[in-house]
Parts: sequence; C-alpha cells; structure tokens
Amino acid sequence: MSFLLVQALSGLATAATLFLVSSGLTIVFGVTRIVNFAHGSFYMVGAYAGWSLIERFGGTPAGFWGSVAAAALMMGVLGAAMEIGLLRRLYRSPELFQLLGTFGVVLVVQDLTAWAWGPEDLLGRRAPGLKGSVDILDQPFPLYDLVLIGLGPLVLGLLWLLFNRTRWGTLVRAATQDREMTSALGVDPARLFTGVLFLGCALAGLGGALQVPREAVTLHMDMAIVVEAFVVVVVGGMGSLTGAFLASLLIGQLQAFGILVFPQITLVIVFLFMAVVLVLRPHGLLGRADEAPPTAPAAVTVPLSAGPHAGAWALALLAVLAAAPLVAGDYALILLTEVVILALFAASLHLLIGLGGLVSFGHAAWFGLGAYGSALLVKHLGAPMPLALAGAPLLAGLGALVAGWFCVRRSGLYFAMLTLAFAQIVWSIAFQWYAVTGGDNGILGVWPSAWAAGKAAYYWLTLGLSGGALWLLRRAAFAPFGYALRAGRDSGLRAESVGIDVRRFQWMAFVLAGTAAGLAGGLYAFAKGSVFPTLLAVPQSVDALVMVLMGGIQTVAGPLAGAVAFHLLEAKVMSMTDWWRLALGLIIVALVLVFPKGIVGFLSGFRRRR
Amino acid sequence: MSELVVRDLQRSFGGVQAVGGVSFTLRSGNLLALIGPNGAGKSTCFNLLNGQLRPDSGSVKLDGMELVGLPPRRIWALGVGRTFQITATFASMTVAENVQMVLLSRARRLFGLWRPAAAQFREPALALLERVGMGSQADRPCGVLAYGDVKRVELAMALASEPTVLLMDEPTAGMAPAERLALMALTAELVRERGLAVLFTEHDMDAVFGHATRVLVLDRGRLIAEGSPDQVRANPRVQSVYLGGEA
Repeated sequence: MSFLLVQALSGLATAATLFLVSSGLTIVFGVTRIVNFAHGSFYMVGAYAGWSLIERFGGTPAGFWGSVAAAALMMGVLGAAMEIGLLRRLYRSPELFQLLGTFGVVLVVQDLTAWAWGPEDLLGRRAPGLKGSVDILDQPFPLYDLVLIGLGPLVLGLLWLLFNRTRWGTLVRAATQDREMTSALGVDPARLFTGVLFLGCALAGLGGALQVPREAVTLHMDMAIVVEAFVVVVVGGMGSLTGAFLASLLIGQLQAFGILVFPQITLVIVFLFMAVVLVLRPHGLLGRADEAPPTAPAAVTVPLSAGPHAGAWALALLAVLAAAPLVAGDYALILLTEVVILALFAASLHLLIGLGGLVSFGHAAWFGLGAYGSALLVKHLGAPMPLALAGAPLLAGLGALVAGWFCVRRSGLYFAMLTLAFAQIVWSIAFQWYAVTGGDNGILGVWPSAWAAGKAAYYWLTLGLSGGALWLLRRAAFAPFGYALRAGRDSGLRAESVGIDVRRFQWMAFVLAGTAAGLAGGLYAFAKGSVFPTLLAVPQSVDALVMVLMGGIQTVAGPLAGAVAFHLLEAKVMSMTDWWRLALGLIIVALVLVFPKGIVGFLSGFRRRR
Repeated sequence: MSELVVRDLQRSFGGVQAVGGVSFTLRSGNLLALIGPNGAGKSTCFNLLNGQLRPDSGSVKLDGMELVGLPPRRIWALGVGRTFQITATFASMTVAENVQMVLLSRARRLFGLWRPAAAQFREPALALLERVGMGSQADRPCGVLAYGDVKRVELAMALASEPTVLLMDEPTAGMAPAERLALMALTAELVRERGLAVLFTEHDMDAVFGHATRVLVLDRGRLIAEGSPDQVRANPRVQSVYLGGEA
C-alpha cells in the first residue's frame, strides 16, 4: 500500500516536470500554430546552464533558486531570439517546413551544447536544504520531489493569473483564438509572438534547470522530453493549458505504474495511450474542434506531369547506373548502393507527402521494420537472403496497415504526431526488447547469400529491386490511384462528393509507402550487414523528409535527386567534420528558408524564368 | 422518373436553428429555386441533402430510399450530384482530368495502379466540357481558371456522374450577367433534355424568375412561400422579407 503511494507520488513529480515543459509547448503552439521541435532543446540547454550556475552559486538556497530562475530567463531570451531569427519567417509556411526548420535547430543546439559542455554526462549538486527524504508510511521519499509536486499546480495557477488577469495574457488568449482579428485591433503580433516564445522557452528552461538535482544532465535529454511533451500536448488538446496539466498527471501515473507492470515497454504504453485518446477524442481531452491545427494548405497547384521524354531519361539513367560497376571501385559501389536504397525510401515518403499531402514524421518506422524484419528472419530462423528480403516489405506493410488505420483518421499536424508516435512505439520495442532485437547492440551478421555477396552483384540486385519498386510507385502516381489521392488532398469535400473514399485511399497509400520503405530497409540491412535501433529513430525519419524536401515536393523525380544530394553530402562532407549535426541542422534551416521548392523545383523554376 | 421527397428537415447549431422543418418534393423535369436572404439556411439545407451534415430530425427519400445517415459519396452514387457555393475542384489537375476523375469514380476504376489516368475517359470528358462551353480550356490547370469558368467545370463534373437529381449551390455566383443567363439557359435545357431534377439557390433574381419552374422561399430556416415564380413574386410575405417592410 505504502509502496503504491510512493509510486504515485513519484509519478506526480514526473508529471510536474512534464507539465512545465509541455505547458510552454502548448502556449507557443496555441498562438503561433507552430509545433516547436526545438522545445526540448531549451529544456536541455536550460539543464546545462542551470548545472553551471548551480555549481558556482548553488551552495545556498538563495543561490540555488536564483540559478534556476536565471537559467529559465536565459532560455526565454534564446527562445525570443529564435522567434525573431527563424519562426517569424515560417508562420505562413506549410507545417512540414515548420517542423523541419525547428528540427534543424535541434541538431544545431545538440552540437553547440556538446561543444560548450563536452560529451560527458554531468551530475549536479543537490538542492541546499532539500537533500534529505521524508518517510511516507515508512517509505522514504525525496524531499526535493515533494517540492516539485507542489510546483506544478503553482505554475498552473500563476499562468492562469497571467492569462486571465493581465492585459498581455488577454491579448495572448485573443491571438490564440483569432490571429488576424488581433492584428486588426492594433496589436503588434510580432512583439506578442516574441513574448510568447520567451515565456514558452523559459518554462522549458525552468523544467530543465529543476532536473539538475534529480538526474544526470545529458545530451539525450532534448529528444526524450520533446517527444513526451508532444504526447502530453496532443493528449491534453493542442493549445489547452489545463489539458496539458491533466495529461501530464495521467502520463506521469502511467509511467510510474507502467514500469511496475511492463518494465520492458513503458514507452509503448504512453504512445498507445495517445493513439487511443486521439481515436476516441480526436481533439484531445480538453481540446476544442475549432482550435484544431489547420490542415496542410493546398500549396501545390501545379499539375503533375511526366515531362516529354521521362521514360527515355529514366531508361538512360538506369543504363548508366547498371554500367557503373564496370568503372567504379568498391567504395563508390557501396555509396551507390546506399543512394539507390535511399532513393526508394525517399520516393515512398514522397507518395504520402507529394500526392496525399500527408506529412509523415515517422516514416523511418517502415524502413526500420523492413530492416529488422530481414535481420530477425536471418538471425532467429536462419532464413536465406531471398526469403528474408521478401519478408521485409511484408512486415513493414503489415505494420503500416495497422498504424495507417489510426493515422489517416486525422490530418495535418495530428497526422504528423500520430506517425511520430507509431515510429516511437516501433523504435522503443527494438530498443527495449533486448532478448529478441538485441536492444542497443542491434543485430549483426546479416550478410547476403553467396551469389550476391560481391559488391557489384549486390549493387545490381539493389538496383533491380529498387528500380522495379520505383517504377511501380511512379505508375501508381499517374494511375487513377495517384489521382484519387491528389483529389483528396486538393479538396476532400469535392472528392467525397464525387464518390471518392478519401480515407481509404490515404490508408492504401500509407500501406503502399510502408511496403516500399520496408523493401528499402531490407536491402539496407543486407548492404550494411547489421541493423540498429537508429534505423527506426526520429533522425532517420527526418533524413527522409530532408531528401524529399531537397528534391522538391512537387515533382516525382525530386526524391531521387534529393536522395543523391543528401547522401553524397552526408558521406563526403559530413564525414569530414565532427560537427555533422551542426552542418545538417544549418542545411535544413537554409533549405526551409531559401529553397522551399527543393532542387528540382528550383531548377525548373529557373528554367521557366529564363 | 425520379423523386426526391424532403420531409420536416431540422438542424440546429448550438441552440440556433439553421433549418427548422423544411419539406418539399423535387421531381424529374423540375427546376426548383431555393431563395432567401443571407443566413436563411440555404447552404445548410444543401449540406443536409447531400449528406455532408446530418439532420437532427426529418427524412430525405430518393425514390422511396432513405438518404439520411448515408455519407456524401453514397448519396452521390445513388444519383444525387452537387456543385458548391465556394468552388471546390482539384486544383492540381487539368480541367479535363477533373472531369475524368468523376468518370473514373463512376466506373469504379479509381483503384487502378497501372494504366495512366490521363488517358482514360478523355473523350467523354471532352464532350462534357464542350457541352458547358469549356472545351477550349480542357488542358489548362484548374487552379488558374477564372471563377466563372470553375463554376462551369463544376457543372461538367456534376453531369459526368449522370445524376438524376442535381443540387446547385449558387451556380452563377461570380459570373458576368451574360454568362449567368447562358448557364441558366443551359441548365434549363439539361432539365428538359435529360429529365433532370434540379434544386438551385441563387441571389440573382433574374436567373430565378427567368428559369425556375417553381420557387421555394426560405427565411430563418423556415419555408415561408412556395409556388410558381409569379405567385412567389406577388406574395406579400416574400416582399417583406426581401424589402424589409411589414407584412
């Protein structure tokens, strides 16, 4: 009994931190309609800055709490700077650009943090005056956690006062409900938004600095917290402060007790909870329909066309690629094999984004599922390569069939969040189910059959399978299926009123894209000889998005060009520097700001202008 | 012969009654106008008829079959076509492809993964576009058309499914006067030729009184008059609603 009580209390302490971070995220979303991927970075840097300050001044209670407050304020200033430098230019962009742009900031901050504080985990000093524990029904419970538990409702109360009793807060609420109206009333939206980013990021920084006495400060804090905060915000209802509080409490308890029942899959429970809430209450627990994020703006109005000699060009390219082993060395062939695989991966994502207008933020799930499917078949069943390769698209397609049923129920940002959630579920299974997947160590020794073991042979195999799959995807894009998918994106209303079951086409596209990505994953597993959980992780999904974006969303050939450019950049440029995250992050931010139409779109626009 | 029988249709939005007990019958060969001031509930009425909104109560029967509760695509498949007040076409496709999509959908060929869509049903699509006067613009992207032209594409799309009942929400909004008359004349011709049953809303009174066979007048969600154009024009309640005087 007392044990359960202590467990519930520690759930409350977790909930308090979750609430601090997610309240900031939900406030920022409510006003700017941007889902700030970099929110977790402010939490992380807040923790690092807090650690430094507490090391220096934290010997006394006043110094400790002053340090925490100073770290929070510093993050607020950084957040305001990000609003002015980046977000301000993205308010009118499609949500894909907003998510990617802020993810670019995540990468940049990761490297800058590592540069400033080093890669080692840092242990902070305990809060002066709160070092001990109290006995609750004979069970010790940390005093500091009790303070945290009290802090959650306190911050909620203060925020409530701020939003309901001050002029600034009233303006923020007004802007949350109707942005255009507020600017019509003579309020400078730019200053308001900067202020909101200050507040939101300060809350994230506060949450981070408060963690210093509780746990080690690491470079992995950012992604871990931001994904959890996404779940809280989505479950609570995007933009709803009380919803975030309620969701934090629920998820805090879910984690506290989930770890007792299923210690292996705590992450899965949280994400399943989110998926179930979204299906039952589409706008979250306390969200309202009219506060729902807008769906992807129909920015694409250029008819998709094949170009006059597309078939001939494709055949010529294929011939050149097929002849490559005659001149290229082993290293170049390995590189080419990977490029071809990534082109298929990117093209499968393009089917969803470019044709369906469905921005998936978890496409790595199907790539990784394919890779793990092959690897598991080889490792546990001793399957030969052809069988294992056939299993990859099947397993991925099956996974996409299940996940897709949930995901296509929602559009726009919610779709992005749901796909992210499913990818995290698959990732956490690969990461935590040690006995089967090997956890962090991955699965080694996934080598091709003898006949395909040579670099050239495997390259030809990859080229044949990927080329075939790419061809099928392309046929589908120009066939009635692809048109129906576009019809649903262009005008769902019209599509439904001429007999098109939009959701079913989206579901089918999801499965098709998942299957193709799974094949790419299977090929990748045998090309590398091993699989690791990183194949399923968020950065892998973002890589695919960057490839699609680099190539341009409006063109069918785009993903191929994007895959080539991205992989060569990765292999040639980024391997030369230890700061590849910084480089990639800056590239992403630049892409989003300067080349929103991608390489192919930019070139064809250039050609048209001449 | 088709017959759409609407009985006591009601729908409220958060305590505000948008449509309160509307009943009427629409038969083949009818060109029925639904008029009323802004906010009278005309568009809501349309959305209830084609399944986009679900009524709180009431029934809509097509040749004896209940339509209430069916999704828009099922109602469409039963032969009820629709054009929208705010135009909605597939902006990333050409004019012809927009019509081809409807023909593909009609033929249940949308799940095709192989044969290019642009080559399927092109001839019948062009014929339909010719019929509405859009033949010369068949290969232009739909996203760049003038508003009035989009309305005509919508009509071609509606006709492509060979409906027995056609619901047209402000079919001539945004058109020049000459264009309006031409489109209404075309609609009247289609009604005669194909025995279509058409219900349309319109703000332009010339279009209404020049072509409608019967007129329904809606005010604050209720039908206040019904009859031939001349009868409705002479009705003192209708005059007061439109002119704001006392009845």
